[in-house]
Amino acid sequence: MTPADASPQPRQRFLPTLFRTTAFKLTAAYLVIFALFAAFVLGYVAWNAQRLLNDQIRSTIDAEIQGLAEQQRQGGIRRLVNIVERRSRAPGASLYLVTTPVGERVAGNVEALPPGTLDKPGESEIEYSRTAEGIDTPSRAIVRVFVLPAGFRLLVGRDLEERDRLGAVIRRAIGWSLALIFILGCFASWFVARRVLKRIDGMSETAHGIMEGDLKGRLAVTGTGDELDRLALNLNAMLDRIGELMAGMQQVTDNIAHDLKTPLTRLRNRAEEALRTAQSPDELRGALDGAIEEADNLIRVFNALLMIARLEAGRVSENMSDLDISEVVSGLAELYEPLAEEAGLSLTCEVAPGLKVHGNRELIGQALNNLIDNALKYGAPEQGGDGSVTVSARQAGDQVELSVADRGPGVPEADRGRVLDRFVRLDASRSKPGFGLGLSLVAGVVRLHGGQLRLEDNAPGLRVVILLPAGSPKPVDTPARAEPAASTAASNPAGLPTH
Amino acid sequence: MRLLIVEDDAEAAAYLTKAFREVGHVADHAADGLEGYAMAEGGGYDVLVIDRMLPRLDGLSLIRSLREQKDETPALILSALAQVDDRVKGLRAGGDDYLPKPYAFSELLARVEVLARRRGAPASEPTTYRVGELVLDRLAHRVTREGQEVVLQPREFRLLEYLMKHAGQVVTRTMLLENVWDYHFDPQTNVIDVHVSRLRAKVDKGFELPMIHTIRGAGYMVRDTR
Repeated sequence: MTPADASPQPRQRFLPTLFRTTAFKLTAAYLVIFALFAAFVLGYVAWNAQRLLNDQIRSTIDAEIQGLAEQQRQGGIRRLVNIVERRSRAPGASLYLVTTPVGERVAGNVEALPPGTLDKPGESEIEYSRTAEGIDTPSRAIVRVFVLPAGFRLLVGRDLEERDRLGAVIRRAIGWSLALIFILGCFASWFVARRVLKRIDGMSETAHGIMEGDLKGRLAVTGTGDELDRLALNLNAMLDRIGELMAGMQQVTDNIAHDLKTPLTRLRNRAEEALRTAQSPDELRGALDGAIEEADNLIRVFNALLMIARLEAGRVSENMSDLDISEVVSGLAELYEPLAEEAGLSLTCEVAPGLKVHGNRELIGQALNNLIDNALKYGAPEQGGDGSVTVSARQAGDQVELSVADRGPGVPEADRGRVLDRFVRLDASRSKPGFGLGLSLVAGVVRLHGGQLRLEDNAPGLRVVILLPAGSPKPVDTPARAEPAASTAASNPAGLPTH
Repeated sequence: MRLLIVEDDAEAAAYLTKAFREVGHVADHAADGLEGYAMAEGGGYDVLVIDRMLPRLDGLSLIRSLREQKDETPALILSALAQVDDRVKGLRAGGDDYLPKPYAFSELLARVEVLARRRGAPASEPTTYRVGELVLDRLAHRVTREGQEVVLQPREFRLLEYLMKHAGQVVTRTMLLENVWDYHFDPQTNVIDVHVSRLRAKVDKGFELPMIHTIRGAGYMVRDTR
């Protein structure tokens, strides 16, 4: 391929471009197929017509010969000659000739014949002339030679001019029809192909526009519900999804720029101040400890952000298994119970046994962990409530309902959608430790599992409800749950393939 | 203990080698996967510390190749990939432990020492752990100290069991969370500390010397100080 072929200017090389278009290819293919069909049908008709005419001519000749032979039998050769002479004078396509056994003409309207014709009784197609001079411009005829008693020959025939003229008319008609079919077909299929392909061209133009940066551009949908419409709808849905992901990425970048700068600045300032003012190694050590703690917090934020981004991209589909969610919930409640008690709260666990959910144990555990952590943070007695936190799990139709409820100040209804966004911290909670990522992560986990997340008024307090589709009640199989590292044999943990 | 550190980042490798030597271990360094494989194959190491992303041969393939050669030297994978799936992939490839970057050296050290000791330990676990006068009977689920029974909740029993199994070694909070509770996420609170202090209240209360020690900046250790 020369570089010019790849040139993006179609007008300069219009013809090659035309031949490459799908419209042209479709048109050409349809035309060829259609023309072949038409030619076959018309040819078949013409051939049949010809055959019919020939049959007719033959049967006429046969009848005439029968009649003349009968006359000869009744009235002898003289009567035959008379009749032949009379008929020969009548205008028409009929040919007659009576000859002596040696070939001398006795009567008839045929003057010249190919030599030897009269020696072959039966039917043949020959060239002849009605006048002796006209042998240069012969006509064609079907003739039949009949040998009369005493050796006389009787030739009866029919000129084929009429038939040939008809054949020519049919052929011309076929030719014209084919030409017409071709031209009309050209227009029709070009028109149809254009109509379809114009839409496809429109789509690729829109796609080009989107690539150029018009991210809001969407493909036109005509509303007919045909294949192209469905394609356009699907592509639009895909573009929307990509747009959402990009917006998410954009938000993450903005958040990082915005919210991570604060702790980074704090870290830097601390280090600087320690360098400037620290008098003893102990003071320096303390400053370094602080710096490490600050760095660890930053790492936590990064990990949480990455995890949320991955959840939102839907990329954590592996390691889903049917798991006993009751065990997960009560395990977490048990993990947090001493901490709650120490902080002056009471953690109650109301879990129906044996609830099953198809999901990732780690992610669901992390989400519940975040909720319990929040509940302990905001439901503490010094926040105004009675300090009771309730963790529950129960079957709700074909869903499993998990909830974590506290008696703290709660979240005002107007803010309930907002707190799920990244880095959003309500003013009342600014003084508490945290980064405002916990609920975003919960929302991500719930969405990944195809569940719903609701924030409700616990009057007073906040009740966070997670609805997850219930898993099949078959025996729990947890291949994804790796064995605790240190408790397994030194080799490969049992059941995990090495390849 | 002899260690092989396979890490392509020269600064990180120098830091690790130095830190391990400072605490009295022998640490060698390989800068890429192939070199690491060749050195590990030569044998003699107690633990391999392998970065997951390496030039020439990535960390998981390295471990997989060793395991195919029936080389069962314990391997700890270091990785910048900290997501749930990545950990499982690392363990499936034949790794024995997985530590996401960045990590505290104390955490790495504690895990490496546990892995190294596991190598020398008999294949079957003893039915009784004994540290000084503290005895844990795994079959009878009974704990006694100086002959007096210490009554523990099931989870407290498992916590003490893990600590006693690794008696004399530092056990970090993350290790406890992973091995006693089987959670691999960061709870962001001192939730483990509260469990340990409850356990300590039952095990050490009324006795002169403590069994459960807090190792500052690292974790906990069960040790008989007599």
